[in-house]
Amino acid sequence: MVENVICTFCGSVCDDGQFDIEQFKSKKLCKLGSSKFSKKERIKAPMIDGKEVSYEKAIEKAAEILVNAKKPLLYGWASTVNEAIRLGVILTEKVRGIYDQCASVCHAPGTLAVIEEGLPGGSLGAIKNRADVVIFWGANPMEAHPRHGMRYSISAKGLLIKDRKQRKVIVVDVRPTKTAKLADDFIQIKPGYDYPIISALRAIISGNADVVPDEVGGVSKEKLMELAETMKNAKYGAILYGLGVTQSRGRDRNIENAVKLIQLLNRTTRWVIWPMRGHYNVVGAGEVPAWEAGYQYAIDFSRGYPRFSPAEFSAVEVLKRKDCDAALIIASDPAAHFPKAAVKHLKDIPVIQIDPFPNMTTLLANVVIPSAVAGLEAEGTAYRMDGIPLRVKKVVDSEYWSDEQILEKLLEKVEEFKG
Amino acid sequence: MLEVEVISGRTLNQGATVEEKLTEEYFNAVNYAELNEEDWDTLGLQEGDRVKVKTEFGEVVVFAKKGNVPKGMIFIPMGPYANMVIDPSTDGTGMPQFKGVKGTVEKTDDKVLSVKELLEAI
Ligand code: SF4
Repeated sequence: MVENVICTFCGSVCDDGQFDIEQFKSKKLCKLGSSKFSKKERIKAPMIDGKEVSYEKAIEKAAEILVNAKKPLLYGWASTVNEAIRLGVILTEKVRGIYDQCASVCHAPGTLAVIEEGLPGGSLGAIKNRADVVIFWGANPMEAHPRHGMRYSISAKGLLIKDRKQRKVIVVDVRPTKTAKLADDFIQIKPGYDYPIISALRAIISGNADVVPDEVGGVSKEKLMELAETMKNAKYGAILYGLGVTQSRGRDRNIENAVKLIQLLNRTTRWVIWPMRGHYNVVGAGEVPAWEAGYQYAIDFSRGYPRFSPAEFSAVEVLKRKDCDAALIIASDPAAHFPKAAVKHLKDIPVIQIDPFPNMTTLLANVVIPSAVAGLEAEGTAYRMDGIPLRVKKVVDSEYWSDEQILEKLLEKVEEFKG
Repeated sequence: MLEVEVISGRTLNQGATVEEKLTEEYFNAVNYAELNEEDWDTLGLQEGDRVKVKTEFGEVVVFAKKGNVPKGMIFIPMGPYANMVIDPSTDGTGMPQFKGVKGTVEKTDDKVLSVKELLEAI
């Protein structure tokens, strides 16, 4: 039994798993983590146009595609380790391509808000130990981060907040989710009304309740007054927000408004706001390019230096505009997760895929390079959703190359071809 | 036919099968729409029935399920089926609108495509 296995599924990056090598089974992890640490179908071997080849051959072909492309898109990165992402950013610069990552269709609007407003944040440890009020806004951790509540935010036993009774949990969502069922209070809002509701709360808290109408986005003024009161009286509050806020009307502006609400509350008490990041190292997919090139996503290197512009260089925009002539997809599955208008162009260009598992992108990829599963078959560093770096382990041996190994070789080949 | 607002999102089963996209389990985890009970009755749906969801951006056939959603809203798990009908415009953020897209839902006899067929149809 291997102890303290680090789960590489969701952004909670639980560090207390156990793994029984003989039975190939994990213990203590949630349903999502146990499925990650289980036997499942793999991409058997590297392939070019469906034919099995050696790693060297597939990598050579991939290098050829990237070098011959005018503007390749290098997308994914959220489910791999920082060491691989670092090489990916260097590779993108070498081939003068576009670097984009999964947050682009997930939490990147929050990044835009942070550029504008900053981020009053705290670690998950601080939330566990101190938070007497936790609001999940458009977030459903019981299905997306099942152990988050137990370890940090709902029933977690902390230093100052010793049990569930000392913590008030509120869920704001458009439907009664599994998380809403565990909350002390559930506030159901109309889809797309996050922004006006946050504005109403800001008005009430700043002493301008008289401008707030009787109902905002499906919530009564009375209820909003009550919520504002709870927020003001919290000793340490946390808004943990999810895709309900970033993927609906308002997007980045919703988060900007929420950060302003937190700033207002912080004049009299202590509040933090933090995104519930999805993939285990989606934070790294943004942080690593930020320390290498200055930006978190949607970075274009076609002029030889990095330029950031989500309206132009995010993967969905690039694909919709047909503004890339090849793609390398790693540790993600855009064919399953992008709107169909973006998937269309992926079907028309040469695609290289690096991933442990066959998925919808495999079905359209020309070069497929299978990789080791980080956290199980390969080690490396990942950032937990609150930015805490954790060293993920190699628990079992594998024939598969790690992402880091594959990218190292690919970079070498690209350099060789470019002369 | 009913007018609805379409939202998509994660579910436990979607997450647990997301690394096995070409299996029956994943297909079952993402190929349905949850409707409010009243809307279910209005459309005269029965267990196992299919519905056609249409928006300005596309249409898709999925299985119908009774779910815990407000009247006038349907929930499709995030994935290839939802992505046939969500709004691809990003308002300059790079983020398509995966939630809160206006559309219609109606009962249909058409079959639910497999993920492979879905990709071919794009
Ligand atoms: S909560 Fe997330 S990190 Fe923890 S075991 Fe579940 S999937 Fe893994």
